[in-house]
Amino acid sequence: MSKGRYGVHGGQYIPETLMNEVIKLEEAYGNYKNDPDFNKELNTLLKEYAGRPSLLYYAEKMTKDLGGAKIYFKREDLNHTGSHKINNVLGQALLAKKMGKTRIIAETGAGQHGVATATAAALLGLECEIFMGKEDTIRQALNVYRMELLGAKVHAVESGTKTLKDAVNECMREWTKRVDDTLYVLGSVMGPHPFPMIVRDFQSVISREAREQILEMEGKLPDVVMACVGGGSNAMGMFYEFIKDESVQLIGCEAAGLGVDTDKTAATIATGTKGVFHGMKSYFCQNEYGQIAPVYSISAGLDYPGIGPEHAYLHDIKRAQYVPVTDEEAVNAFEYIAKTEGIIAAIESSHAVAHLMKIAPKMDKDKIIICCLSGRGDKDVAAIARYRGVNLYE
Amino acid sequence: MSKINEAFQNKKAFIGFLTAGDPTLEKTEEFIIEMEKAGAALIQIGIPFSDPIAEGPVIQDANVRALSVPGGCTTDMVFDMVKRVSKKVSVPLVFFTYLNPVYKYGYEKFCARCNETGISGLIIPDMPFEERVELTPTAEKYNVELISLIAPTSEDRVQMIAKEAKGYIYVVPSMDITGASGEKTTDIEKVVENIKKVTDTPVAIGFGANDFEQAAKYSRLADGIIVASAIVKIIAEHGNNAGKYVYEYVKSMARGMEN
Repeated sequence: MSKGRYGVHGGQYIPETLMNEVIKLEEAYGNYKNDPDFNKELNTLLKEYAGRPSLLYYAEKMTKDLGGAKIYFKREDLNHTGSHKINNVLGQALLAKKMGKTRIIAETGAGQHGVATATAAALLGLECEIFMGKEDTIRQALNVYRMELLGAKVHAVESGTKTLKDAVNECMREWTKRVDDTLYVLGSVMGPHPFPMIVRDFQSVISREAREQILEMEGKLPDVVMACVGGGSNAMGMFYEFIKDESVQLIGCEAAGLGVDTDKTAATIATGTKGVFHGMKSYFCQNEYGQIAPVYSISAGLDYPGIGPEHAYLHDIKRAQYVPVTDEEAVNAFEYIAKTEGIIAAIESSHAVAHLMKIAPKMDKDKIIICCLSGRGDKDVAAIARYRGVNLYE
Repeated sequence: MSKINEAFQNKKAFIGFLTAGDPTLEKTEEFIIEMEKAGAALIQIGIPFSDPIAEGPVIQDANVRALSVPGGCTTDMVFDMVKRVSKKVSVPLVFFTYLNPVYKYGYEKFCARCNETGISGLIIPDMPFEERVELTPTAEKYNVELISLIAPTSEDRVQMIAKEAKGYIYVVPSMDITGASGEKTTDIEKVVENIKKVTDTPVAIGFGANDFEQAAKYSRLADGIIVASAIVKIIAEHGNNAGKYVYEYVKSMARGMEN
């Protein structure tokens, strides 16, 4: 009966009003995912518009400096619109069009998913509305203007904690009001089935490429594959094709904010418990009565109180490991990779880089790490400056 | 016959809703008593939730108010209030709650406390037909009826849901989430008609507009109407003094249904 399960996690915990719509989406996706024309069209977009395949880059200087494992970065930051979000958005927007929808809506935290959605909407001729927490519209003001330049209407969400979680709430409400012509283009591997599956499939291009690339470059599989985790879409994309390779250790890096022993954190696996929210059963930061906790991270993209159900499952069966990384560690990593490799990585991705800096020196030189750089950090420069006490505003 | 079924016997049921703890749990108790006095046949009590995704702004705000009172408004405190008030009223009391507070409390413990304190039914807007199986056996064990929701977008799902429905069927009036207007009556008529083909379970239609004519029209169509945001609005406006306004409103609405 209940669909889209990952162990006990997942499912479809949504209002009845949306049930037929997610069933239709599942059917449409089932029809198109193996359709040669759909795939040809999508692959052309990914290649000629988004710039895929993305590079697998050997970070020689960092490798030498850290003195341990060989470090490779999967450069999703080099995609059009500057993050991995475009992989999923092109897939879903194309699907929306095939389903006869004329309008797409999406939530956004850091603005990367919103920008990607607005971009795909502009390209494919769809109407686009983006829901973004009021707090995040302030933290990421440039991305708001960027989305507007692309023709999207941006709604600043004033309810609740005014961040990503509230943007998702508002998007669900909006979709409930208007399902006929609208598809909710969910930005992460979360929400009700079939979203975690669809987003994972569209993002799995990351690991499909990376696996081929590393075999080509090194002639063997990596020892560690790692990525940052909010909802978990870049991590799921980075992990997916490696799940079956049991020798490959999978590590997701959560945003610990000021630390997992404080209430200013967004580390769901480290501090959360099982719950049901945003359409799925998974782990959530919540109190003893099931009220969803206000979470915090310097990174708007990881500032989410839940995690995708497949990650929850990978955690339960111990196939993947999830570790918390603080604001301070992420900012240090942000600066380190900029100075060492000349790459300004997103503050989200910098959480993964920070953990990489902890583990690489302890590993032998013949070991290989692939770390996903999910996005570029131009959007974060002003916030990092302020973190360091430089009074810089966009 | 269950206590809920009795509420629909030989009359059109006026069903009122309020959010527990808005503005305080003591006041919630008072407003429930006022609603019964004014002729409400059943009362839905919302357990406040941090993220009420199926609610419009009016009830969202009520949730925020309830959760932000000093000391908060926990599930245990709501149960304690229900235990007190259920001794003072005879109409069935039904919880409207998102699934997470129930899940986190534990299905067994939650349903047992419903039974013990005097809750006859549960409406869980984010638990559709397909997911109910994990809660149904526990709810049945404690004689708590799981109320089914049906929407105009349910289409071919209507009869599947209606056949299994217990207590009453909550028809969500429009494409719009609770509290908004603009619904098409024709859709509602068709939905109710389809439900009636397969079940005798009473049908109640939810609506948000403060409009006697519409209440009368819906009550002719179905076995009852559910009024949520209009009552919550009165409570928002009058706060601690809302008792008599809630009474007057419910009385006039219940009378409007009789005509």
